[in-house]
Amino acid sequence: MSATLPTELRLTHLQQLEAEAIGIMREVAAQCERPVMLYSIGKDSSVLLHLARKAFFPGRIPFPLLHVDTTWKFREMISFRQRMAEEIGFELIVHTNAEGVAQGINPFDHGSKNYTDIMKTQALRQALDASRFDAAFGGARRDEEKSRSKERVFSFRDAHHRWDPKNQRPELWNLYNGRVNQGESIRVFPMSNWTELDVWQYIHLEQIPIVPLYFAAERPVVERDGVLIMVDDDRFVFDEGEVAEQRLVRFRTLGCYPLSGAIESTATTLPEIIGEMLVATRSEREGRVIDFDQSGSMEQKKREGYF
Amino acid sequence: MASELPGTDDPDGSDVEAYLASHRQKDLLRLLTCGSVDDGKSTLIGRLLHDSRLIYEDVLASLEADSAAHGSAGDQVDLALLMDGLRAEREQGITIDVAYRYFSTARRTFIIADTPGHHQYTRNMATGASTCDLAVILIDARQGVLAQTKRHSYIASLLGIRHAVVAVNKMDLVDWSHDRFLEICEDYRSFAESLDVGKPYFLPMSALLGDNVVDGSDHLDWYDGPPLLEYLETVDVDSSPDLERFRMPVQRVVRPDSGFRGFAGTVTAGVIRPGDEVVALPSGVRSTVQRIVTFDGDLDVAGPGWAVTLTLADEIDISRGDLLADPGDEPARAHQLDANVVWMSEARTVPGSSYLLQSANAVSNCTIHSLRHRLDISSGAHIPAAGLELNDIGRCVVTSDRELVFDPYGTHRATGSFILIDRLTNATVAAGMIIGAASAWDRTPDAALVRQRSEISDAERAIRFGQQPCTILLTGHTAAGKSTLATALERELFDRGKVSIRLDGENVRMGISRDLGFSTQERSENLRRVSEVARLVNGQGLIAIAAMVAPDRDVRQRARDLVGADRYVEVFVDTPIEVCRERDPHGLYAMADSGEIPSFPGVSADFDRPTDADLRVDTSTQDVDECIDAIVRMLTERGFLRGQSTP
Repeated sequence: MSATLPTELRLTHLQQLEAEAIGIMREVAAQCERPVMLYSIGKDSSVLLHLARKAFFPGRIPFPLLHVDTTWKFREMISFRQRMAEEIGFELIVHTNAEGVAQGINPFDHGSKNYTDIMKTQALRQALDASRFDAAFGGARRDEEKSRSKERVFSFRDAHHRWDPKNQRPELWNLYNGRVNQGESIRVFPMSNWTELDVWQYIHLEQIPIVPLYFAAERPVVERDGVLIMVDDDRFVFDEGEVAEQRLVRFRTLGCYPLSGAIESTATTLPEIIGEMLVATRSEREGRVIDFDQSGSMEQKKREGYF
Repeated sequence: MASELPGTDDPDGSDVEAYLASHRQKDLLRLLTCGSVDDGKSTLIGRLLHDSRLIYEDVLASLEADSAAHGSAGDQVDLALLMDGLRAEREQGITIDVAYRYFSTARRTFIIADTPGHHQYTRNMATGASTCDLAVILIDARQGVLAQTKRHSYIASLLGIRHAVVAVNKMDLVDWSHDRFLEICEDYRSFAESLDVGKPYFLPMSALLGDNVVDGSDHLDWYDGPPLLEYLETVDVDSSPDLERFRMPVQRVVRPDSGFRGFAGTVTAGVIRPGDEVVALPSGVRSTVQRIVTFDGDLDVAGPGWAVTLTLADEIDISRGDLLADPGDEPARAHQLDANVVWMSEARTVPGSSYLLQSANAVSNCTIHSLRHRLDISSGAHIPAAGLELNDIGRCVVTSDRELVFDPYGTHRATGSFILIDRLTNATVAAGMIIGAASAWDRTPDAALVRQRSEISDAERAIRFGQQPCTILLTGHTAAGKSTLATALERELFDRGKVSIRLDGENVRMGISRDLGFSTQERSENLRRVSEVARLVNGQGLIAIAAMVAPDRDVRQRARDLVGADRYVEVFVDTPIEVCRERDPHGLYAMADSGEIPSFPGVSADFDRPTDADLRVDTSTQDVDECIDAIVRMLTERGFLRGQSTP
């Protein structure tokens, strides 16, 4: 009864993580009426998309992908998004907070906190409400940030998209409870148990396409408070005395270009990126300016419905 | 992470490729840490990450800032703050939810579930334990084994964790005392005997100072085992997935076009190959696996944990919630389940409450039919309970409106577990672990049946027979002298003009229990039948004398409940088992020793010694007359041998 598992049937930790994510995605597709996948175009989203293709093969991905476009994404991200949609053939919904645009909200004049709230958090709520999605996949991982380490795989949100960390549904075995009442929803994180190294390794092994910004290249950047910000278009607002200089940089995380810090790097291949990562002493989210706004800031944003 | 890289600080591509190749081969260990408040769990994990150089500089910097504000480690960085993620927890200084942490060493990757120590949070501990293979149970060397330690060990055992590390922490505060360590180990061992957690590994350490966590310790020179991390890297937790009995719950039917119909799911047990026959449950229809489809191409074989899509040779009706299984060894099926549940909601439950039951893909309506007991998990005692509160663990019978297909949790976690969901709030209110189909003890008679009443009153019978009806259960090991005493007691009562009926365990097996064997369940059923007969004859005013091994305390309790506590008399025939073995008139002990008779109480199965018997006799030191005198004296004292009941 307790025979030993033959080597050919043993799953490595990456295969286990992949199988777990596939199981979670299938569960959502079976339990929920209107799922959607949040597609940020970043590397975690690329992995999520790849996992979805695997989960539903030979069928098509049975839900749309939603991109909340702040209009301040890197141009390369948008072209990558369009290319993926064409090549893979998924249904793509792009949503922008029109009110925010009308008010001219931007990360230079309104501060990262207000800007993120209006163009990302509120925009996301608008999009989810408009299509009455009852489940939304995200690529967040528990290892990214302290408050995320306690998030469930199926994370319940009330009708106002709020997360209550003290009142989460217990989650046991692989029995996920995706039941919601009208207006409520579930955020689903199939990659909860992945680490950054797992993500990179998986991209490498599976040859998953990612936005070229992750690889080092000469790019025009401005150094501001120790953070390298790329000048991606002519909307960039220079402070007095600032000039763009060409530097060999890459990005560890991608978001809105004025809020994404680049790092100096010579890594132009995945093994080189992974090599740099292995000796890095700075954690991934440091490149994101928003986390440092206030103490416990990510937890605060999540309570409010930020992904 | 630099520490796991071979060679240089500035690796070139080939080093990374080599590293990736080795990283790819690593397996995954899921473990949980548990202990009381202030045992130092969070500090331990922080120490593991810190000493294996997995804390990034910026995280460390923010920790140093936090430590100044909330920390309790004096001038040192308070590593516990790393784990206690949520703001409320930081302020209260206790971990209130499960937090997951990830790290890898050169040999393994790890997922740690850090579970709360506060007694209110049993549900989180159960949540963390449900996906883990190993538990690290922390004990504060100054405090020793506490009620919380026992609770956590019990929950780990209940949730099927078979590997435990007992880490005696804060050794620095007891002067690294070897004697204190041994004392705690001994305490733990004596308590854990009754648990199903395998053989625990004991380890002294100081998480705060780092002794014996990642590196060894000069202070603990009397200890020669590996430090914690090395142990975790090398321990074999082969969860021994059942390879014989294939199980795959169907998550989705995949039908992209008319030419393809597949069943997507994750194999939970067993091995499957194209050409293998499978049965779809609950329909029972069989077919043969045609292809094992994946995005990366068809597979020749798939095993436990693999997410696949199967196509079958025949067009049979299968939908989500069905279970594909090995036709040679099908899972059990029943409408009523006997299960342990961990209650996780603030809303109390009582028998009669209805919920949704979600098990391996199937959702059904269910009702808590009855509650057998609540467990006091500090003492292991079974306590009668009218309901279950938040964090209670109870054994209950759950009735489902559709037939459930399942395996016992002890053999298959995936097909032996379920959650209960509140219909209105959709909250998950309980986690259940299936023991088996509910036995006949729990089955409710058909509601259409009507009890026929007698016209003769109990008082009339008592006067006629000169006695009050009762049931005397003579329990004890095989060859303890139960049947001899039962026969002698029957004679004695007869001679005194009393009317009794003798129900000998062996005799009933020749008739009404002819269909039963000697498994635990069948012994239980045999006692149930005898108890039912006893209840009937008690109802007619007669005394019932039952001679049965009745090895299980729970089952005896059920007999007591069935007959009625005021009519039930338990006599423990406590003849030493060595004497029983010597007597062994039918050679049964020899057969049990050789394995010819399995699960034989006192040899290969437990005999729970009665602790609250009405009378204890020992036929190795008392002759039959003495025993009978003692029984009759006791029956007289309790008033059973009088026609008129005492006012």
